[in-house]
Amino acid sequence: MRSTFTSPIRDLGFLSVAVGIRAELDHLISSSTTYGKAKIKERGEGALRPKTLSPLQKSEAPRKRPNVVEAENLSLTFAADDGPVYALSEVSLTVEDGDFVSFIGPSGCGKTTLLRIIADLEKPSSGRISVNGLTPEQARLARHYGYVFQAPALYPWRTVERNVRLPLEIMGYSRREQGERAASNIALVNLKGFENKFPWQLSGGMQQRASIARALCFDPKLLLMDEPFGALDEIVRDSLNLQLLRLWRDTGKTVLFVTHSIPEAVFLSTRVVVMTPRPGRIIDVIDCNFPSGRTLDFRDTKEFLDIAHRVRDGLRAGHSYDF
Amino acid sequence: MTFDLVEPRPRLFSKALGGSSLPVLTLVLAIVVIWYLAAIWLNAPFIRSTNPGLSLPDLVRATWSAERPVVPAPHQVLVELWKTVVETKVTSKRSLLYHSWVTLSSSLLGFLLGSLLGIVLAVSILHVRSLEKSLLPWIIASQTIPILAIAPIIIVALGSMGFVGLVPKSIISAYLCFFPVAIGMVKGLNSPDPMQLDLMRTYNATRAQTFWKLRWPSAVPFLFASLKVAIAISLVGAIVGELPTGAQAGLGARLLAGSYYGQTVQIWAALFAAAALAAAMVATIAAAERLALRRMGVKP
Repeated sequence: MRSTFTSPIRDLGFLSVAVGIRAELDHLISSSTTYGKAKIKERGEGALRPKTLSPLQKSEAPRKRPNVVEAENLSLTFAADDGPVYALSEVSLTVEDGDFVSFIGPSGCGKTTLLRIIADLEKPSSGRISVNGLTPEQARLARHYGYVFQAPALYPWRTVERNVRLPLEIMGYSRREQGERAASNIALVNLKGFENKFPWQLSGGMQQRASIARALCFDPKLLLMDEPFGALDEIVRDSLNLQLLRLWRDTGKTVLFVTHSIPEAVFLSTRVVVMTPRPGRIIDVIDCNFPSGRTLDFRDTKEFLDIAHRVRDGLRAGHSYDF
Repeated sequence: MTFDLVEPRPRLFSKALGGSSLPVLTLVLAIVVIWYLAAIWLNAPFIRSTNPGLSLPDLVRATWSAERPVVPAPHQVLVELWKTVVETKVTSKRSLLYHSWVTLSSSLLGFLLGSLLGIVLAVSILHVRSLEKSLLPWIIASQTIPILAIAPIIIVALGSMGFVGLVPKSIISAYLCFFPVAIGMVKGLNSPDPMQLDLMRTYNATRAQTFWKLRWPSAVPFLFASLKVAIAISLVGAIVGELPTGAQAGLGARLLAGSYYGQTVQIWAALFAAAALAAAMVATIAAAERLALRRMGVKP
């Protein structure tokens, strides 16, 4: 995969080489010509690019995509001084290749914990989980995912460019390829011209974009994002949401996205997973297959508001346990 | 999105000429005045006992020019410094520069050894958790022993093994200055926040990569803070190391010889030389720190 790298936008290589996916695309195209046609027309030219189809494909085609994450009865209990804390309780979840899944819920509902278990940063107390068919540890050792943290976590002594290079240095890419990949990913997150700035010279939104470029530069199939825009103001958050949506559409990555914000979750996702605390568990999973070329105005449509309403209902139901 | 340019702050040099020079000069002036008054107050009794009936101006003049005063006046120390630094050949045993160099060389060697030892200890403690419990108490205990008590033991023990001169003194220096470096570096190497460490974990980075790409750069500010303390006390170690040897050479020897013969002016001159040496060494580390941190992109 390293050698075929051109630019992340055009790099569909890792998808098309997989035979299974090739078959899936064929199926997709044939199915589009029958009952999916009208929708494709609506979405215009871009719809002919295979990857732009994938968000829609879920409801149109039988499930053939490989499962990226499979969790079954996953529980995690932390021992605390005043008794055990049930961070996660009996969570089962399947995420398919190309999905954009948001996890939403109040603090303490275990959404970050779930993400950290998938990333092998925590070990579950019980239950079964696989990532790309491997254990989370094997997946981490094979560098299957990129992780974007709540804070940018840029290394302050490195410039933007060298921060983006960091994973490439660790993974032993050649110097030339480090440079190429850093440049193209910095361009992807619209940070061109800021390569030689240190993190403190950038705004919070730019820092977070740099950290996204850093997570993308070694081209992992799976992107884990833990409230990446939580600390940003709404205007910056909106623009980053649009950029993230475009990026997901163009690269076809699977994204797991933890958030506090209902509009953000509904706007970005193919599926929204609603979680509740004490014990942390999943209370609802909502499919939302919105048109891929959606803009921020889409949040005013009835379709969007209906789903947002259902998410809010789920969150409220979860909270009623407290009273 | 625009990039806000940060205006460069005024440089140290221009700051010194601008705002802060007046208070500094005032303070120096005040110290000199107090010093002259103290010289009168402390020297007057013995001058009056040998020369009763001096008029006040004569008494004051006498307290500022006594040959073996309790407290020499500032100008006496300056004259002594001038004589022993500028007017004496560097090769002469009377040259303060010669003695300063003797002390400086053993102090620098001790600083180098001690800092290396401190870093090695900190890295071992970082990588072998059990060492923190087993080694750290000994490291702390080592510093509770007064250096004046342990210095002669080290000198004598090493002397019987054939080590004399530079090396034993350096070892006493190192004994003092490994401590702040070890403590500072343990703290510094553990200073990356959990998120930065998790990041390395998600990349499946090796321990060595985590060390060189994360822990070491994070520890650099701590390292320089420790080195500044270490280099100052390495000088103390070297001077103390010169005392029990019968004091052939070095600033410690000058101090000892001065107190044998009641040459207070010589003692004060040696003290000033030591202070100047320490200030120069700390300033050198500070300059290296500024250079390193600037290269690491620290906000000015």
